[in-house]
Amino acid sequence: MAFKVIKPGLLALVQDLGRHGHQSIGLTTGGPMDEVAFRWGNALLDNHDNSPQVEITFGMLTLEAQANTSIAITGADLGATLNDRSITPWQTYAIKKGDILAFHQPIWGLRAYLAVKGGFLCDPTLGSVATVMREKIGGLTGKGDKLKKGDMLAYQADSDHQQRSVPRLAIPNYGDREIPVILGYQYQSFSSLERANFFSSDYTVSSNSDRMGYRLEGQEVHSDLKGIISEGIAYGAIQVPKDGQPIVLLQDRQTIGGYPKMGCVTRVGGSILAQQKPGDIIQFTPITVDQAEQERHLQMARLAQWR
Amino acid sequence: MSGENLPNIEMVSNQACLLTFSRVISEATSNYIAQVTQYLVKLEGIVDLVPSYTTLLVVFDDDHYDRFAIFKTIRQTIEAIDPNDFSVKDQREVVIPVYYGKEVGPDIEDVAKHCHLSISEIIQRHSETTYRAYAIGFTPGFAFLGNTPDELHVPRKTTPRLKVPVGSVALAENQTAVYPSVTPGGWQIIGRTPVNLIDWGSENLALIAMGDSVRFEPISRDEFLVQGGQLDGF
Repeated sequence: MAFKVIKPGLLALVQDLGRHGHQSIGLTTGGPMDEVAFRWGNALLDNHDNSPQVEITFGMLTLEAQANTSIAITGADLGATLNDRSITPWQTYAIKKGDILAFHQPIWGLRAYLAVKGGFLCDPTLGSVATVMREKIGGLTGKGDKLKKGDMLAYQADSDHQQRSVPRLAIPNYGDREIPVILGYQYQSFSSLERANFFSSDYTVSSNSDRMGYRLEGQEVHSDLKGIISEGIAYGAIQVPKDGQPIVLLQDRQTIGGYPKMGCVTRVGGSILAQQKPGDIIQFTPITVDQAEQERHLQMARLAQWR
Repeated sequence: MSGENLPNIEMVSNQACLLTFSRVISEATSNYIAQVTQYLVKLEGIVDLVPSYTTLLVVFDDDHYDRFAIFKTIRQTIEAIDPNDFSVKDQREVVIPVYYGKEVGPDIEDVAKHCHLSISEIIQRHSETTYRAYAIGFTPGFAFLGNTPDELHVPRKTTPRLKVPVGSVALAENQTAVYPSVTPGGWQIIGRTPVNLIDWGSENLALIAMGDSVRFEPISRDEFLVQGGQLDGF
């Protein structure tokens, strides 16, 4: 049984929590751009943490259900409709055979997650179904393809629906434009003036932003280092190339690089950042590793308790 | 180099730390990083390891370790490495056959001119050197191989090619590499190998691993074709 793709939309990708353990051969991880939303999607349906979902960027996606099931929608509000009636994210919906589920245009945020009871059935490549288009790996075909018209998103039919929603307090605020940054890597190579500039300025999300990285436009910052010996790049690393415009490296990032880095955006911060559209304005806030650990634990504890 | 030479450990996020072994690139540092990587990969709760020239990025499961626990585990693991165990016994030598020449290496004439050598001297110098794989990245299976002999140092191309054919063997500054897949690239292309650098069906996935020694072996056009080499792609 499956959802049939009637309209593929701008960019809809099958994702799980990512392909780990292969960065040493240069293979990036992939995975959901908004991990918080992804984890809640699976929790709402009692799925495994890593069950495959569809990450829908922007919208314009229409699906037709071929069997009964339960779904959960989390992340952005992309103006979703079920049989032409508006539905809101962060809760579950019962799906009947023949239902039409559509995602239109962003109302709040940029990326929505569609989870299905039991997860979408899809063969993993190297232990994961995460789609990385650049590396032609993962997804429905195993070859890194985005969803296209006629694709079948398979699931196990199930008529046992439970109505659930995410507690209001646990829903992230995508209007929050303060992105937390852990100072690390080469931040000492940025003078205190450069750091002050970085943390006190507005940055605009560039239209050249994608799953690999978010490019930002605004106050230039410069490191005292001309370059560094190429080294591994962690999720969220804020790399500053010669033009002084920061780039936040996200799920589809390259594994190694040689630009100085200001610090690292946390997973929670990266989830908020990934919901911003080109033209949106953000600011960075410094936090300690300690604060990042607490923030993360609080969030995971909320999820675990709710489950 | 042994356990007494502990790397500097720095948190870069709440899920990753960077081990810096040295400020300069050397074979000894690279060997040591390769060895530490082999030990750390066996630990539970280690999600990913990204070794490079002088550093090792360790990505860990933050349900398993907080920053104190990961520091301690890394220190203990490195201290427990027997310095006498440090040898090149695990190091593999990978031989890559290359069909050199203009037909598949459109930059070889420019390289020869830049280096004031003949094309056959370029081929000889490139293939008589044993290289080390210092880092794997940029694209899956792309190995940064150093050090090329001084006479072969050439700058990157001013304008990178939008598409470099699979198997292209190229030079840039003091490094050489093979392109494992079709990507944009700014290195100077001198030949092509028929061998797959990345094989998703194999256990190791990538032909070259960090720390391997790599040699190039000149082959004829006929041998190249017999081994499955493709001539088109530009």
